[in-house]
Amino acid sequence: MPDLGKYAVEVGAAYGLSAVLIVGLVAVTLWRGKRVKRALDAAEGRRNA
Amino acid sequence: MQTEMSLWSYANPTRFMATTRPLLPWLSALAAACLVVGLVWGFFFTPDDYRQGSTVKIIYLHVPSALMAINAWFMMLVASLIWLIRRHHVSALAAKAAAPVGVTMTLVALVTGAVWGSPMWGTWWAWDPRLTSFLILFLFYLGYMALWAAIEDPDTAADLTSVLCLVGSVFAVLSRYAVNFWNQGLHQGASLSLDKEENVADVFYIPLLVCIAGFVLLFVALVLARTRTEIRARRLHALQLRERMA
Repeated sequence: MPDLGKYAVEVGAAYGLSAVLIVGLVAVTLWRGKRVKRALDAAEGRRNA
Repeated sequence: MQTEMSLWSYANPTRFMATTRPLLPWLSALAAACLVVGLVWGFFFTPDDYRQGSTVKIIYLHVPSALMAINAWFMMLVASLIWLIRRHHVSALAAKAAAPVGVTMTLVALVTGAVWGSPMWGTWWAWDPRLTSFLILFLFYLGYMALWAAIEDPDTAADLTSVLCLVGSVFAVLSRYAVNFWNQGLHQGASLSLDKEENVADVFYIPLLVCIAGFVLLFVALVLARTRTEIRARRLHALQLRERMA
């Protein structure tokens, strides 16, 4: 771990908050993608039944 | 008969889905690799700046996210214009898919800028031209997404959001060039410039470029994935309507 000196809190906060936002965006993208795909597969299954 | 391939053939949802499916894992892996290499390099293996101290490490998040915040809007503008002129549904859905990515990038840029500004400028926020135009761009993103959510008919929503996108482009341009338009305010000039005097020092430059590549690839991967979801959601909506009417 590099010595961040007196700005450790600021640098840590910038990286932490950015990680939360970007990981959150990726997670929501994957979650919604799977949910919509599942619902579409089910709807197409009903249509072809 | 030989069929001629053109860019417009990707406006066909079936072709778009078939083309992007094998691309996405590679793009995602490349984005992750660039982000890990760029951020680890920048965070662990670059020195502190003689004036900014260790806060210079925030540049690896702030500059790429700010760049993508503006360019995401320009991508939405191009997609919106294609919708308005050629009525290709995939382009309207791609613009819709890009907005949440753009708003997140804008928020990352605003948050990291504020966290950096607190020790360097002595304030979290200033009504500086670039900061203010960025805040307005953020509000435009929120308005754009709210408009998509508020209108039930997808074609009407695409029309109105495209017009909003055109209007918001003024602030995207201002966000990019505010520093050049008004030679005042706290925000410094561009970190990446063709003018070597303005550029960041060489030791920070290459990891910054790697981080920018990572953010660009992440943006493309996310927009493709979200556009695929929007296409599926549109198809699902049509099937559900048919089921209700049957």
